[in-house]
Amino acid sequence: MRMQPNSDFAGEVVPAGSAPTAIELSEASVTFGRGARAVPALSTTTLRIADGEFVALVGPSGCGKSTILRLVSGLTRPTGGVVIVGGREVAARAMRVGMAFQNPTMLPWMTIEKNIMLPLKIVEPYRSQFRRLRKTEFRDKANALLEQVGLKGFGGRYPWQLSGGMLQRANLCRALIHEPRMLLLDEPFGALDQFTREELWGILQQLWMTHKPTVLLVTHDLREAGFLAGRICVMSARPGRILDDSRVDFARPRTVAMTFEPDFVALNQKLRAFIVEARTSAQGEP
Amino acid sequence: MSVSDIRQKAWSAVLIVLFFVAWELFCLITGMSDLVLPRPSQIFVTLIEKFPLLWPHIVQTLVTTMIGFVLGVALGVALGAVIGVSRTAYDTCYPLLVGFSSIPKVAVVPIFVLWFGSGTVPAVLTSLSICFFPIVVNIATGLATTEPELEDVLKALGASKLDILWNVGLPRTMPFFFASLKVAISYAFVGAVLSETVASNRGIGNVMMTASSNFNVPLVFAGLFVLAGLGVALYVLFSLIEGQVTGWATRKDNVIAT
Repeated sequence: MRMQPNSDFAGEVVPAGSAPTAIELSEASVTFGRGARAVPALSTTTLRIADGEFVALVGPSGCGKSTILRLVSGLTRPTGGVVIVGGREVAARAMRVGMAFQNPTMLPWMTIEKNIMLPLKIVEPYRSQFRRLRKTEFRDKANALLEQVGLKGFGGRYPWQLSGGMLQRANLCRALIHEPRMLLLDEPFGALDQFTREELWGILQQLWMTHKPTVLLVTHDLREAGFLAGRICVMSARPGRILDDSRVDFARPRTVAMTFEPDFVALNQKLRAFIVEARTSAQGEP
Repeated sequence: MSVSDIRQKAWSAVLIVLFFVAWELFCLITGMSDLVLPRPSQIFVTLIEKFPLLWPHIVQTLVTTMIGFVLGVALGVALGAVIGVSRTAYDTCYPLLVGFSSIPKVAVVPIFVLWFGSGTVPAVLTSLSICFFPIVVNIATGLATTEPELEDVLKALGASKLDILWNVGLPRTMPFFFASLKVAISYAFVGAVLSETVASNRGIGNVMMTASSNFNVPLVFAGLFVLAGLGVALYVLFSLIEGQVTGWATRKDNVIAT
């Protein structure tokens, strides 16, 4: 099912098939535990995400949204099926993706700048260059990112000097510093107030339009999904599977005002209906 | 330092002075015998008179304590790191550690004496065995409480366990570590003196035992004062180091508004 695009629709992600595949789950499933105690977290799921796409995963809580993120990042192995990221099967090595969670987890003993540079100490080729001449270059890079999220001049501050919204922006910077092809976000704005959240949608949209990574966003907030994503997958209750896969073709850059227009509200209500249904059918089971 | 800080410190000093004044007056008014409770002024005089005699014993106790402490810290950090990194190791080792730490250390001194003879070695071992436990517990706790989200972020970047330990685990353990050092140095001191009291012919603990059997009660108390002074000095030293190294952990109160 397709949403009607706005008239000035420009350059949304190419339809499935033409862009190179960034993420592919083929019949992937995840079960935690074994035998009688086995808990299925994700039932057989097939999902293909093109390079540079912005996909939101929505669904009732505990439906395996985060499990998909963990599969893609290599933190969890599929029990069945295959997960291919960047043309390689996710298995032995972690995929060096950028990740951000609801908890910004900045290290309290480091300045914001140093916190953001942490991935560069871990990921090659930056890692081996870190101790040598490129340190100032890395610092400039961190500060350029901070400027993009509206935190110019805050690099020298410590995390306890920043508000929750500011920390979450820094968290996005840390996820992007090593220029990952893929950004995995697990309810990054879940703990923020409504206004800060809407502000950060704009910032994340801007970051995505600048850097064009493939983004997989897990969220509970349907407005957030509609505002940010080019495609929304609705998942069923646990064990999760994908119930609906819709494209969202509103023009970018999108604005908060847009989220109150009839087209957007209609999309929201459609997604809501899916989730309500998934919840009631899950509760109906013994 | 703010006015309230200075006032606080002044009150602490006044309390200490009052304590000694009250003690002195109590002895004078009740006509207490020197053999039971000497007056603080007598004790200070004894302390100054006997200082040349006490000095080598002070050095002995201090050296014994520091050796035991350093070994205890090394052992404690190593064991704490192993236990803190692995949940299984934590669960497996903890009961044994608790069992070991529950043994009153005075009971193991005779065993150390049996193995190594009386003197410095059992004192070092006692101080080691008494001070390493708080370090193990604190290092392990610090490592085990690393935020799982942050670990996930780093693992997704391909970080090894060692990367995470070096960049996140160990630095975040520092406040726990220094808090435990303050406890451990006092414990190490107790251990050394304990062992000297039971089985040694040197050290402040031994001086006090000898003085007590000669009914030289002012000297016993002088030894006590020396111990208190050394204990406080060591505690202050490690508090200062702690403030320098892990200021970030206690800096929350003076937040600069943004």
